[in-house]
Amino acid sequence: MKNTPEPHAGYAARDRAWHPPALHPPYKTSVMRAPSAPLLSLPTSLGEETGPVFGHAMLGDMDHDLVHNFAEPGESAIGPRIIVHGRVTDEMGRPVPNALLEVWQANAGGRYRHKKESYLAPLDPNFGGCGRVLTDEQGFYEFRTIQPGAYPWPNGGNDWRPAHIHFSLFGTAFAQRLITQMYFEGDPLIPHCPIVGAIPQKDAVESLIAELDMTRTVPMDARAWRFDIVLRGKRQTLFENRLEGL
Amino acid sequence: MTRRYPTLKETPSQTAGPYVHIGMNPNVTGIHGVYETDLGTTMKTGAVRGEEITVTGTVTDGMGGVLKDAVLEIWQADADGLFNAPGETRGVADPEFSGWGRAAADLQTGEYRFDTVKPGRVPWRDGRLQAPHISMWIVARGINIGLHTRLYFDDEAEANSEDPVLTRIEHQHRVPTLLAARTADGLYRFDVRLQGENETIFFDM
Repeated sequence: MKNTPEPHAGYAARDRAWHPPALHPPYKTSVMRAPSAPLLSLPTSLGEETGPVFGHAMLGDMDHDLVHNFAEPGESAIGPRIIVHGRVTDEMGRPVPNALLEVWQANAGGRYRHKKESYLAPLDPNFGGCGRVLTDEQGFYEFRTIQPGAYPWPNGGNDWRPAHIHFSLFGTAFAQRLITQMYFEGDPLIPHCPIVGAIPQKDAVESLIAELDMTRTVPMDARAWRFDIVLRGKRQTLFENRLEGL
Repeated sequence: MTRRYPTLKETPSQTAGPYVHIGMNPNVTGIHGVYETDLGTTMKTGAVRGEEITVTGTVTDGMGGVLKDAVLEIWQADADGLFNAPGETRGVADPEFSGWGRAAADLQTGEYRFDTVKPGRVPWRDGRLQAPHISMWIVARGINIGLHTRLYFDDEAEANSEDPVLTRIEHQHRVPTLLAARTADGLYRFDVRLQGENETIFFDM
């Protein structure tokens, strides 16, 4: 009987002590939506190590420009104009090219354009709040938007979310699927937030805070914020390394 | 002293929140004109191979309440067990079938629906064949990190009995939580229970 090659080493396991746990009682909705049984550990196999691929043909011309993609011709959204940019890499530091980022956010007053949202701050008729972009060959991405406002939510008696932008990320594998939130450097609401507070470690929280980036700020136009993102990494055998020239 | 390798920490997850649809299914919540259609609503782009099926269900919380703000994604092989992805090296998947779908639970009823095909069998890491299954990922307000589960089919008893994942589950009485029930020709029901009685098995993988 001949030997068969070892299966590849799969994706690095998630560090569940780094991510927020399912149950974090100060975030009240998590109490009834957290599984009570432990997760069943499973090595990744082909179905987890593959995933859908999205091409540039899917993107519209304005998908990465939230200032204009819902605005009437000649108009734009109200609020601080910003550029959000960064790089998507994996845990081994390899860039993740052609990763799809979908973003959504409230307007400058903290109001979401959603059927079930009723905050009294008004909608901006020129702001929808959704955008998407693909990373380039080196893993870099960039989009334009307006800086969202903080908004109140019915959790504690006086809870306010920090200004944030939601991110949904696809790598190359379904196992890498990730949704997170980006916060803004210096926002005093960050340490008060029970959703942020679900993350146990301080340096994990800090990795969600975008830094003001004056080098990419466009004078007389838009400030820039840098937000780098790390997706799970695939362990590689030496043989696979050589194949891919890494 | 041990050698330290330069590795990065994965970006921590946060909940998708109640307004996830703005970014992932904008047309569902009335944001029209930005994206032509919501991503993942159509898995079939033409005549597909294999049996076309519809999967419906709900996601319920620990008090039996139906989540009306959940978003579900599925990823699966085609009818021949091939993935429509660059990492698929065993053959060429059905070009008319994406293998990936996204559905928002209905904002009023909480029902989700996927129009897809019944997947073929895919090998496990050691070469043994897995039973036909669909990988599912669930996000919502109150869910701090997306939940991974698998949908198997209750009319595949023989394949299920030798599936490398199902057979390794210690509490075998929980296996039925992963089985979609065939309720009519081509129609399967798969209800997800986040917590409590008959809690669905979720995976850390």
